[in-house]
Amino acid sequence: MSLYGMQKFLFALNREPEVQRRYREDREPLLAGYDLDDEERLAIRDGDIGKLYVLGCNGQLLMHFAPLLGMPWAEYIAAMREGVEKYGPVRAGIYAMTTRGDEKVAGV
Amino acid sequence: MSLVFAGVCSHAPGITGRAHLADPAIKDEFHAQFHRFGEALRATKPDAVIVVAAEHFANFFMNNMPAYAIGMADHYEGPIEDPQWLGIQKTRVPGNAALSQRLIREVMQTVDVAYAEEWKFDHGIMVPLNFLTPKYDTSIIPVNINCQGPPLTPLHRAWAFGEALRRACDQAPERIALVGTGGISHWPCTPDSGKVNEAWDRDFLDRWCRNDRAAMLDYTDEATYREAGQGGFEIRTFISVAAAARGRGEVLHFKPIPIFAVSCTAATMSIE
Repeated sequence: MSLYGMQKFLFALNREPEVQRRYREDREPLLAGYDLDDEERLAIRDGDIGKLYVLGCNGQLLMHFAPLLGMPWAEYIAAMREGVEKYGPVRAGIYAMTTRGDEKVAGV
Repeated sequence: MSLVFAGVCSHAPGITGRAHLADPAIKDEFHAQFHRFGEALRATKPDAVIVVAAEHFANFFMNNMPAYAIGMADHYEGPIEDPQWLGIQKTRVPGNAALSQRLIREVMQTVDVAYAEEWKFDHGIMVPLNFLTPKYDTSIIPVNINCQGPPLTPLHRAWAFGEALRRACDQAPERIALVGTGGISHWPCTPDSGKVNEAWDRDFLDRWCRNDRAAMLDYTDEATYREAGQGGFEIRTFISVAAAARGRGEVLHFKPIPIFAVSCTAATMSIE
């Protein structure tokens, strides 16, 4: 896997309106330009926040993907919890989950 | 002139973006104190405000990550985030390239700092500015300490960077305010969001207010990650302000507000 490639894509997506446009309108060719394996490419293509979180994406990058997908804060938090439940613990990076799946620290 | 104001504050995006989800009385009290912090800064009539923030991949990425960077432009833009999500409209923020260049030249005498003639502000700077200079009528000098992509600069280097900033400010004729943003303990943008270690925060703030250099530098990243989360790495910004101000701190506000994801903090430091 290439955590670096996934995060680089999110870095570009967060910064560049043109990348955001292409993500909406021209998604597959856009993703072909990044060094991603199939699991990563599908997670980005499908806006699978839970999978991206488990793959180790830095939360500061991932957090901004959610509003781009139209996800409110509570849904974003829930998607990460569901990702851990479905795919297992966070595999890399420094944003591992340390609370229980049913522990809503901030009420969401 | 030199430094005319020094302080630290939280910068979590929820402070503005999720204000509507907080208990109104708790939110109002924090916002009031944050505004008071801004009024104290503006009362010193700064020509420029240096904001030492720990940014979050708005400008710098692991393809070329500087430990330290200072903006060197006459204007900046922000927020990079969705304005509705952050609760802050996109705007143009004035800078001061000539002052930046003088500061950078002096800082470089002891700390190898990157400079940037482009800089998109993220919540690390935009949330504080919402309270510090809400009319965007004062020049901002953005500064970044990498607190996101390890390896991170050692804490003693953050202290040395603060000393270098002070030396640079001492040589400038302008009146300069210095604000560090971030921290303290938090586990942001994860399912843990809202978790803080209040005891750890209070202990760190006590060390900061006493300006106890040895105590502030007595953390390892491993222990900070374990006890204060990845957000705890941002204590580097507070440490650099303490090194620059050399004074004692006074806390205006400290209270964990889980929906904002941090112990919401605003504190000033005397300049000695």
